[in-house]
Amino acid sequence: MKRLSRYRRHKAAGPFILVVALLAIGTTFNIASATVKTTPTILARTAAIDEGKQIFLKGCSSCHGLNAEGGAIAPSLIGVGAASVDFQVGTGRMPMADMSTQAMRKEPVYNAEQTAALVAYVSSLAPGPAIPTDAALNYERDGNTAEGGELFRNNCAMCHNFAGQGGALTQGKYAPTLMGVEPKYIYEALITGPQSMPVFSDKTITPAEKLSLIKWIKSAENEPNLGGATMGRIGPVTEGLLAWVLGLGLLIGIAVWLTTKAR
Amino acid sequence: MSNVSKEIQPMQDPGVAPHVLRNADTDPKAEKRAEQQVAILFTLSGLSSLLLIYSYVFVATDIFIFIPVMGNQNAHQLGLGLGMAFSLLFLGMGAILWAKKLMPETEVVNHRHEFRSSDEDRAELVKTVKDAAAGVKLGRRTLIKRSLGFSLGLFALPPVLLLRDLGPLPKKLLETTSWKAGTRLVTDPGNRPILASDLEVGAVVQTLPAVPEGTERLLSDIAKDPVLLIRLRPEDFQLTPEKLAMTHDGIIAFSKICSHMGCAVALYEQQTKHLLCPCHQSTFDVTRGAKVIFGPAARPLPQLDITVDDQGYLVARAPFSEPVGPSFWERNSQ
Repeated sequence: MKRLSRYRRHKAAGPFILVVALLAIGTTFNIASATVKTTPTILARTAAIDEGKQIFLKGCSSCHGLNAEGGAIAPSLIGVGAASVDFQVGTGRMPMADMSTQAMRKEPVYNAEQTAALVAYVSSLAPGPAIPTDAALNYERDGNTAEGGELFRNNCAMCHNFAGQGGALTQGKYAPTLMGVEPKYIYEALITGPQSMPVFSDKTITPAEKLSLIKWIKSAENEPNLGGATMGRIGPVTEGLLAWVLGLGLLIGIAVWLTTKAR
Repeated sequence: MSNVSKEIQPMQDPGVAPHVLRNADTDPKAEKRAEQQVAILFTLSGLSSLLLIYSYVFVATDIFIFIPVMGNQNAHQLGLGLGMAFSLLFLGMGAILWAKKLMPETEVVNHRHEFRSSDEDRAELVKTVKDAAAGVKLGRRTLIKRSLGFSLGLFALPPVLLLRDLGPLPKKLLETTSWKAGTRLVTDPGNRPILASDLEVGAVVQTLPAVPEGTERLLSDIAKDPVLLIRLRPEDFQLTPEKLAMTHDGIIAFSKICSHMGCAVALYEQQTKHLLCPCHQSTFDVTRGAKVIFGPAARPLPQLDITVDDQGYLVARAPFSEPVGPSFWERNSQ
């Protein structure tokens, strides 16, 4: 210790300590971050695909075929892409509870890990639209509400209602409400076109425009109801029903009371 | 008349039913009660007006209160509305109750006076008019008479002339759109040209004709120009050879303006390949060239002839061959 302290006032002591400290911090950070960041190796990916295939054979193959080639009642899944599987399974639409006209949103059957395995398996069959990353979904920063509103009225409002409340299609099918849907699933639905919905690819509605759309939907969600009851925000249908049943009913009641003879 | 059975008698005038007195007419207690009811209603009306005044003066405009069923309501507005509604309602109810229970209800005949004026009055009027006309000496002042005729005659013309502003007639505007041979299809909104490869199978794009840089579209053009692009698998089409030649590589383009009432037809079901109009549920089968399969529309949607230019962008090969949108009087339906 004494030999070391002899050099403590040496003119090179300051720079020397600085270099040593920087090296120590750099090395520690490198080691620490390397242990956190695990890049999926080919082995891990193969394992996920295998697990996904097992889940697929148990849960999906009775309709979609043993090799996802599709059947009489279900479409082929070859080339639908990761985004499609993540949307359908993640929102609980698949597997379907029954053979009704439309798969509806419900509690997901598979947890996040199983869903990821299914995604890995189906996307290994053929390339398709990928799941958007969280970084690509920063709609608060990258979206524009006004532009989103214009896009929504042009592309979405005819099915999903002008306030995103959903609406009826033909033969019992319907466009679901967009209120409370996670941005990731809105994005995935746009690029994959699930069920009756057409595809709105990134080429024709750019990723930036999609974020604007999502931002508009989120702002519609938080729209205050200054008039009180929203009555479903579906416009003249409920308002008319209320006016005809309650309003006219009240008027008829008053007319009857007016004309009855008093005792 | 002889066929009429003798048993059928002419309708007898039943007369007026005997007058029944109301409780309040006979029973002093009931009368008192009715009086109180009316008074209560009038008092409630007055209190409601006080509620309105109170809300207007004292309730801040940014207070929200929760009302079951109705949700969060602005207290200020709610007070104004309820105060006005109830003050009118109770006032009316009180008046009706008063009239029904307490006011005299015996029938009284009130004869009208005769319409015709008395002979003296009529003679007086005629004399006044004649005297006045003679005093003005209209017969002698021909210059005034003629210039007045000139002025009044011309005064009647401007209202007729202004009817011209109802025009001009639309000429060919209803039959033509901005689409011309070689017009690029651009996204709406965004104004970006579209490559054929941008559309995946099942994709739809809302488009408008490209306009030169720096120019704005007229609203009247946006009302008739929109075109919907849809990409199908080419083998899904069941089209006549002419219509098939108007598609490009599975991409088919239709006018977005409904042939029924002009709504934007863009409700596309990807699985059934049906295109619906959200206004009256007219349903068009895309695979058969937008043939009407349900609803009130009478004609298929006009199909736009499309191809790609030398840079690969989608363009119109020819303008629409028929007027887009709903029928109009002079439209040639063939």
